[in-house]
Amino acid sequence: MDPFRLHRRTFVQQAGLSLGAMAFGTLAARAAAAAQKPGLPALPHHAAKARRVIFLTQSGGPSQIELFDHKPGLTKFAGTELPESVRRGQRLTTMTSNQRQLIKPGATQFERCGKSGATIGEWLPRLRKIADDLCFIKSMHTDQINHAPAMTQFLTGNQIPGRPSIGAWASYGLGSENKDLPDYLVLLSRMQRPSDQPLYDHYWGSGFLPSSHQGVKLRSAKDPVLYLRDPEGLPRGLRREMLDGLAELNRGTLERTGDPEVATRIRQYEMAFRMQASVPELTDLSDEPDEVFELYGPDSRRPGSYAANCILARRLIERGVRFVQLFHPDWDHHSRLTSWCTARCRDTDQPSAALVTDLKRRGLLDDTLVVWGGEFGRGVAGQGKWDSPEAGRDHHPRCFTMWMAGGGVKAGHTHGSTDDFSYNVATDPVHVRDLHATVLHLLGVDHERLTYRHQGLDFRLTGVEPAKVVKGLLG
Amino acid sequence: MPLLSLFLAASTAAPLPDKVDFNRDVRPILSENCFYCHGPDASHRKAKLRLDLRDAALAKEAFVPGKVEESELSLRLDAEDPEERMPPADSHKKLDDRQKAILRKWIAQGAEYRQHWSYEPPVKPDAPAGSEGVDHLVEAGLKQLGLTPGPEADRRTLARRLHLDLLGLPPTPEEVDAFVQDASPDAYARLVERLLASPHYGERMAVTWLDVVRFADTIGYHSDTPRNVWPYRDWVIRSFNDNKPFDRFTLEQVAGDLLPDGGREALIGSGFNRLLLTTEEGGAQAKDYQQRMLTDRVRAVGAAWLGQTTGCAQCHDHKFDPISMRDFYSLGAFFADVHEPDIGKREEGVLVSTPEQDARLAELAAAVTQARKRLESAYPSLTAAIQSWEKDFTAPETPAKKAKAKRKDPDAKLAAQAAPILKKPADKRTAADKAVLRNYYLSLHPEALKAERNAVVTAQKSHDAFRASIPKTLVTTKAAKTRTVRILPRGNWMDESGEIVKAALPHYLPQPKFEGREPNRLDLAQWLVSRENPLTARVTMNRLWMQFFGTALSKNPGDLGAQGELPPNLPLLDWLAVEFMDGSWDLKRMVRIVVNSRAYRRASTATPAQREADPYNRALARQTPFRLDAEFVRDNALAVSGLLVPKVGGPSVKPYQPERYWENLNFPVREYMHDQGEAQHRRGLYVWWQRTFLHPSLLAFDAPSREESCTERTRSNIPQQALVLLNDPTYVEAARAFGAAASAQAGDDDARLRWAWRRALQREPDATELGTLRKVLTDRRAAYRADPESAKKLLQVGLTPAPKESDPVELAAWTHAARVLLNLHETVTRD
Repeated sequence: MDPFRLHRRTFVQQAGLSLGAMAFGTLAARAAAAAQKPGLPALPHHAAKARRVIFLTQSGGPSQIELFDHKPGLTKFAGTELPESVRRGQRLTTMTSNQRQLIKPGATQFERCGKSGATIGEWLPRLRKIADDLCFIKSMHTDQINHAPAMTQFLTGNQIPGRPSIGAWASYGLGSENKDLPDYLVLLSRMQRPSDQPLYDHYWGSGFLPSSHQGVKLRSAKDPVLYLRDPEGLPRGLRREMLDGLAELNRGTLERTGDPEVATRIRQYEMAFRMQASVPELTDLSDEPDEVFELYGPDSRRPGSYAANCILARRLIERGVRFVQLFHPDWDHHSRLTSWCTARCRDTDQPSAALVTDLKRRGLLDDTLVVWGGEFGRGVAGQGKWDSPEAGRDHHPRCFTMWMAGGGVKAGHTHGSTDDFSYNVATDPVHVRDLHATVLHLLGVDHERLTYRHQGLDFRLTGVEPAKVVKGLLG
Repeated sequence: MPLLSLFLAASTAAPLPDKVDFNRDVRPILSENCFYCHGPDASHRKAKLRLDLRDAALAKEAFVPGKVEESELSLRLDAEDPEERMPPADSHKKLDDRQKAILRKWIAQGAEYRQHWSYEPPVKPDAPAGSEGVDHLVEAGLKQLGLTPGPEADRRTLARRLHLDLLGLPPTPEEVDAFVQDASPDAYARLVERLLASPHYGERMAVTWLDVVRFADTIGYHSDTPRNVWPYRDWVIRSFNDNKPFDRFTLEQVAGDLLPDGGREALIGSGFNRLLLTTEEGGAQAKDYQQRMLTDRVRAVGAAWLGQTTGCAQCHDHKFDPISMRDFYSLGAFFADVHEPDIGKREEGVLVSTPEQDARLAELAAAVTQARKRLESAYPSLTAAIQSWEKDFTAPETPAKKAKAKRKDPDAKLAAQAAPILKKPADKRTAADKAVLRNYYLSLHPEALKAERNAVVTAQKSHDAFRASIPKTLVTTKAAKTRTVRILPRGNWMDESGEIVKAALPHYLPQPKFEGREPNRLDLAQWLVSRENPLTARVTMNRLWMQFFGTALSKNPGDLGAQGELPPNLPLLDWLAVEFMDGSWDLKRMVRIVVNSRAYRRASTATPAQREADPYNRALARQTPFRLDAEFVRDNALAVSGLLVPKVGGPSVKPYQPERYWENLNFPVREYMHDQGEAQHRRGLYVWWQRTFLHPSLLAFDAPSREESCTERTRSNIPQQALVLLNDPTYVEAARAFGAAASAQAGDDDARLRWAWRRALQREPDATELGTLRKVLTDRRAAYRADPESAKKLLQVGLTPAPKESDPVELAAWTHAARVLLNLHETVTRD
């Protein structure tokens, strides 16, 4: 049978099936929808440990010194100049390059947590409780010191805008397990005051990859996906009939021309129609029991909050979405570090920990990789008067901390370390490229072999510089 | 060079050619598999062996010409030892048997090299003049493949294709009828001429060029704030409409400020040099951005004129092409004289005024001068008053700290200046002292000379307000001091150990000698469009071909280098390139030649056999259907519905946009306010181009963000496109206007449906099609009759009011029928 000559009834049945299955929930729907949009035939290159990713992007550069990288020895250097032997010409942004680099010790108390003894600062009490599920990387480093280039590199492998982001690569290589939703979804926190850091579309763009792989932003708005809502005065039944008419006419064009683009167009209208059902069903949290909201914290009842987005992330994972990326802005604490950083920790600590716990109890953590981190860290020197409550820290690319959980990483483990000033990596450096190589590896992808030819060159996420899978992180 | 066959070259089963051709057969294999380690990039070269130059390869005894058995290269291909075998396993590259056989046969035939095809000057193959030349070369290629050219498209299709390709707008049914009924032999050629003369031709051509030069309304980095550039966009439209020769078009953009016969028009064109990404981020470092801007410009020139992926050479010598880091930074050095801040806000730009505006502005400036004079002539009348005031006056004491804070306050500044003067004896005061004192007095006595002073303020205000209303645009001006350009090791701007370089053209391309002087931007511009440069004409014709056939002759229009594609029909590309230069870079002439060809006029439908023989239609036995570009999807819907405001040029416009789409933009936070009135229904190319948050309806249809030069748009087919066409208020409004117009036609439902069908597609529906559309209409009518409230709601979308006298049920039902038509695949496709 000519696959393009679908009988009208078949179309309707297919749509009906998927909607019905969605109502049932998750695993059955996934099975029914499997192989809808296959990835590349050569993939996976090896058995995958993780099938899906949740990337909890903390935009602005969280301070590793307050949160994870405990340096008790700093107190005795408080207020003294950072030795040049440590600084070694590190460039600073123009915000502090004219200022003396006076050491500001960490503002938090630390505790060794769980059996693993991970060091976690006091502003993250909930994370402390799940320390044994987490794998910390203390030795992350990057090349960029300003937000936009650093975040662009952090997500696309290159500081120049326009390359595909890691989620787009995953979608391109691995395809989808759900035919009612895009492969790559992006959730931005809605802040309660105007946010400091812009977030750009290219952070989740598909670059030169086909645009079907770009991240689709789920907004906390009447339209969670742009233009999702029918115009006023159009009951859904009418919409279905109109689409049937449209599909019938398009099928006529297909028969006349044989152009496969027409067949794709017909399928995309069907997908759009299904998204009109699947997305509102997805974003409507009213079927979540109270105990879930309690787990994720009070903010989870506020639509668009980081906590609500964490619940959404779990729902997306349950529906087989390949790559979910959250963005929480305003970690850029140049001043009033204690008040601002604690506020960001309050936004994110409980929901992040709850997400890991929730995935674990539902049996989803084993093959879901959770990644937490920002584009760079913060420097040991105080910005402003180091001992004033007004003081903050400038950007710092040479070391920062991230954590991962589930999806084949070593739980209860800390990888790499920094020097006594949390300034330089001391052991086991992990470049952003290595992180990318490792995430792809966990997804069953060899980062050197997932390439795309563009303007005559074979591009890959990890670029041309050497990049390695960090074996020490694998469980 | 013989005509080439993509299929023969690509197929592993194809027989070996009698004579192996280096560029066609060998270079692609070496470039793909060997040059990465044995190519131009010295830093990455293994075993000091390079295979891209014959002498260097011979010096290392890579092969012995004529003797396959003695050639190391041949032995390595099948070496048993994995350490010996080439390409090595970790490269993930592998040669098939045919590729190996080609390399061996090439060695046996003497291992001759030829320069990369695009670096050799194009030579015009023997072919008839005009469009016949195109057909001669296309048909020669078809013959070699054993393909026969397909039939000409029907007249309706031709009219629709020409309108969409040349104007980006659909024809009206009446225009199509006139063409269909025109039996004269030159009907087609006359239609072409009419369209080339339309002001919308320039708009259509501009869309492609604006992608290439990365034109946008905002700066791109960080805050992505606005800047003044839209007059450059209008300059581009004007240039295409006036058919400015492409060489002049180039000169004005790269060096309009240096042209002896430049003038304001050329200066506006020089805005090209200012279109790059800039930053206003606090904390950004000047040198960082100096470097970014240099590399941005080199990449843009490389993509727009040279078809070279220069970007690689920012950090290392190019791995496939001969462009070196020195070439890269030397090319950047041409722009080291562009006057601009490294970081921070750009200037407002030059005024783009009409002669009338100039005259009015001069008038207003004269009025200011006159009012000032009148005021000054009244000053002597104050002398006595000032003297008596001075006697009783004691200057207020200002503590030092406050004085510092008040330095910006003009009155405080004046007080500080006046204090020492007041202590001087009157006869010791200079004229300037007296002026300060008078001004101070005036600042304390608002009643003094009130009328005269007000007159100055009023005159100044009207002058300033009028000046503010005149458009401004960023242009290039030459800086007094040229920036120093260094080769930056690994592209690292903090490493200042690299050699300082002067402006120079890429070493591997033919070029003039600049005796006794350093070349400048004008030299660069002149070289770009000189006969010596083998690339610009090819690059431009390659892109032009893509506009009319969907795919370029060499399929990556941004890369005519080693990793680009050797065009399957190189003689055709070269013929076009030389014809273009011979014809004084006359672009309309080349458009005319291409669209009058039989190749362009063929039907786009393909038989299964044709599809099988040439799946990507590279040999052009037929035309290729493709989806309209983003802007034209919009233009088409507005035109069909009758809403389009066809005005050419002007400030960018803001159509409806989903609420809070800009909520993540910052510094400052901005609210998007959509335009009212006619600005709401302007063509897509006038839509405000916000680089980091491009209008979502354009983005869904693959309009590029224009952060980088874009020489080719992707053509995706994604569900978001369905959502835009169905639900974006622009399209809902268009459907309603279209539906209202249809329902107002004479006759019964079928007559009206036919009318609408012809508006959208310029053809009659067949019986099945009409039946399907009729069913949509009658079903909707019945449904809304049962639920008239829904009908009223539907009619409230958008700014255009629904016609008052119409029946809401009727209008809502017709809106749906119109919506179906606007969403058809055929409607958004040019075939």
